[in-house]
Amino acid sequence: MTKALDTNKKVGLFLIAAVVLAVLPFIVGNTLGNSWIRIIDFALLYVMLALGLNIVVGFAGLLDLGFIAFYAVGAYTYALLGSPHFGLHLPFYITIPLGALFAALFGILLGTPVLRLKGDYLAIVTLGFGEIIRIFMNNLNAPVNITNGPQGINLIDPINVGGLSLGKALQVGGTSLNSVYLYYYMFLALTVLVVIMAWRLQHSRIGRAWVALREDDIAAAAMGINIRNIKLLAFALGALSGGVAGGLFASFQGFISPESFGLLESIMILAMIVLGGMGHIPGVILGAVVLTIAPEVLRDVIGPLQMKTFGRMLIDPENARMLLFGLALVVMMLVRPEGMWPSKRRKAEFEDAKEAAAQKG
Amino acid sequence: MAEALLKIEGIHKRFGGLHALNNVGLTINKGEVYGLIGPNGAGKTTLFNVLTGLYQPDEGTFTFNGRDLFRAKPHVVVSAGIARTFQNIRLFAEMTALENVMVGRHIRSKAGALGAVLRNKGTMEEERSIRSKAMELLAYVGIADVAEERARNLSYGHQRRLEIARALATEPMLLALDEPAAGMNPRETDELKGLMHKIRDGGVTILLIEHDVKLMMDLCDRIAVLDYGKKIAEGVPEVVRKDPKVIEAYLGAAHA
Amino acid sequence: MDIFLQQILNGLVLGSIYALIALGYTMVYGIMGLINFAHGEVVMFGAMVTISVITALTGAGVDLPGVVLVLIGLLVAIPACMLLGYVIERVAYRPLRGAQRLAPLITAIGLSIVLQQVAILIWGRNYIPFPQILDHDTVEFFGASITKLQIVIIVLCIAIMAGLLMMVERTKLGRAMRATSQNPSVAGLMGVNVNTIISTTFVIGSALGAIAGVMVATNYDQAHYYMGFMIGLKAFTAAVLGGIGNLGGAVAGGLLLGIIESLGAGYIGTLTGGFLGSHYQDIFAFIVLIAVLIFRPSGLLGEKMADRA
Repeated sequence: MTKALDTNKKVGLFLIAAVVLAVLPFIVGNTLGNSWIRIIDFALLYVMLALGLNIVVGFAGLLDLGFIAFYAVGAYTYALLGSPHFGLHLPFYITIPLGALFAALFGILLGTPVLRLKGDYLAIVTLGFGEIIRIFMNNLNAPVNITNGPQGINLIDPINVGGLSLGKALQVGGTSLNSVYLYYYMFLALTVLVVIMAWRLQHSRIGRAWVALREDDIAAAAMGINIRNIKLLAFALGALSGGVAGGLFASFQGFISPESFGLLESIMILAMIVLGGMGHIPGVILGAVVLTIAPEVLRDVIGPLQMKTFGRMLIDPENARMLLFGLALVVMMLVRPEGMWPSKRRKAEFEDAKEAAAQKG
Repeated sequence: MAEALLKIEGIHKRFGGLHALNNVGLTINKGEVYGLIGPNGAGKTTLFNVLTGLYQPDEGTFTFNGRDLFRAKPHVVVSAGIARTFQNIRLFAEMTALENVMVGRHIRSKAGALGAVLRNKGTMEEERSIRSKAMELLAYVGIADVAEERARNLSYGHQRRLEIARALATEPMLLALDEPAAGMNPRETDELKGLMHKIRDGGVTILLIEHDVKLMMDLCDRIAVLDYGKKIAEGVPEVVRKDPKVIEAYLGAAHA
Repeated sequence: MDIFLQQILNGLVLGSIYALIALGYTMVYGIMGLINFAHGEVVMFGAMVTISVITALTGAGVDLPGVVLVLIGLLVAIPACMLLGYVIERVAYRPLRGAQRLAPLITAIGLSIVLQQVAILIWGRNYIPFPQILDHDTVEFFGASITKLQIVIIVLCIAIMAGLLMMVERTKLGRAMRATSQNPSVAGLMGVNVNTIISTTFVIGSALGAIAGVMVATNYDQAHYYMGFMIGLKAFTAAVLGGIGNLGGAVAGGLLLGIIESLGAGYIGTLTGGFLGSHYQDIFAFIVLIAVLIFRPSGLLGEKMADRA
């Protein structure tokens, strides 16, 4: 009986969530304006990115500080094959899968040499890889102009679904749906796919192998898990999601440059996972949404608030935003290291660690 | 004539200046319980790690069930049919008991990332069989009632049994147990003995390291003795027990 | 002009600075087993504070020789950075000792960001020129040239590093540091105050970082709020190259990395037939880092670690 009730409750919650997500852009658009729909679109992109990195860091326990490189690979693949830069205008259903594939290949390429590294070392080497990719993007404009260097690539094709360009407003019976609405539904659909993919992977033979690897790599090897393959699979699948998000980003933004793919972006995505609740899909989604929305809210609040209270700007809002972000990382780790919404298992792990520390001290 | 299952010859393993295994050779026959004893630091665990692929030996030969496993990776060794437990229990502490055993089924199942995402019929059937086989094994070692407990929270004796169940999940021909009775009380040791008999009667050969000499004499068909990285004796328990070299190794030169 | 010799000389200058910073990473790693991600920011603060002090003094009409002004700047910057190092350890590391490894990494990254933003608040986002108070006379040396200032940098680095090595080998404090790095709990039982030793390590590393920061600023004639990131990463690479936790290794690794980078930047154009130019200088450090970690993770001077089971 209770089980049937639970199922009903779940179906109900699911339906409510579906309705809310379906009408969300209209509510936001009519109250806050289209610029906020754009921010929500970005939040969806970051959810995809964070879920991708979560496979590597949260599931398999491999610390990666260069994840943004895969986003870059996806974005540049899309941009180079769909912009006036080379005069190529391939459709999105070729460029996005291709970008995802390249990103996955890069994931394996990066993963292979670092198989033996763990923890901080792995973090710093992946950071190095990320920087190498950025340096190449910045400089591969001469002698042959491939990436157009620091100027980046402009006029990237919007996604075009069967003649419907997501880059232009859509006229439906007298009302006009701005491009940000169209991208919203596209991103939402793909985000749902990525969530399902991540959730199914976690609850599978592969997901169990990742957890085993994270908890004790030697015991995992002794159980017959091929450590090399399972690590590379995590890198490749994480990179794949990053590559998809990168392609979407390029089409949505219409412009990309190496500046969008710096270390700070990698840190930001890692922070989404850690502050949200590492390894826990709902937590990671929450982390990504909060860390995308909060800075935008702050942007709107910090400036006016200072004008009101002090009559002038004391701190540049961008500066204040980053300061708060840095402080939030520190405070969160000191106060609630398991994140905002950890899985039950993670929470128990942290409690065990605390107990052990208490006994020791 | 007994049929050889595992055979190593001339195995050497060095760590810097330490010659941890010096020309060790031994043969384990199908269906027997083979014991490995020796004073602390004699190289028992090193040999164990070599036999289970965690260490790569420097020299020697290693064949198992007709396969060459010299310097094979751990997952190859497991798939060939050798499974192990650890002296200082290494369970996946935050997983449930059931999940631990399910990890043990990894090598005997196939579903990949694509299957996991698509959840096709084959994958779902395999997943069900992994789960039911794991439950079976928990019942086999007598801890089915704690299937949903996190491994960390199990009692010591249950953790030992869980480790055995997890190793059995890989369907080994040879089960290597590193001091399974360490820290157990006499009643638990007795139950463990019963479990080992059951496993052997089920057709699995057992390699055993243990300090409890009485237990070894009871359980083992044959015993090898290691000292300073060398095999100094091998044979049936009664003979090994009386070997002067063994007595010297255990009691020191003063008693010889 | 001899390009090869010139690049070696440039590399030595760069390398001795890397070595000084690498010591900060390697000391902390030796004692606590973790990478202090915020160390680069200490270096940046050292440079910034010194520049501010010199600017303030010259602005107030103080008329002293350039060298004296720099020394006064350092006398302010060194204690300031020591305090900063102390605070970093107390805030980011001490409360998390024994916690999961990821937590101190994230707090350190968070602190790095905070320190960069504070630097922006104080000094702005632009490059700050180093006041023109030091002469840049060059000395000809077998067809290559080096400024007197650069000679001073090299000599000073060697002297400081020699002093540090002496301290660690000969003094009671040094012995306590070595004991703590071997085994903190045993050192604690033997009467070593582990907390004090860890704080001291951060403070000494930060003092070296401050000096290095000033050297970077004088060598490039400028400082910037983001300068700590790249220089910190390279110094960390130097520490890994030499064998992290090993003081002599940090020095050797620093010098070697400096030379590799200079030679690389000098010859990459010829080597790739003009395809890649000297603006790829920064990738050499990463390539060295990755290569070392893959082929010899214990570093050049580190002992080979036995594989654990």
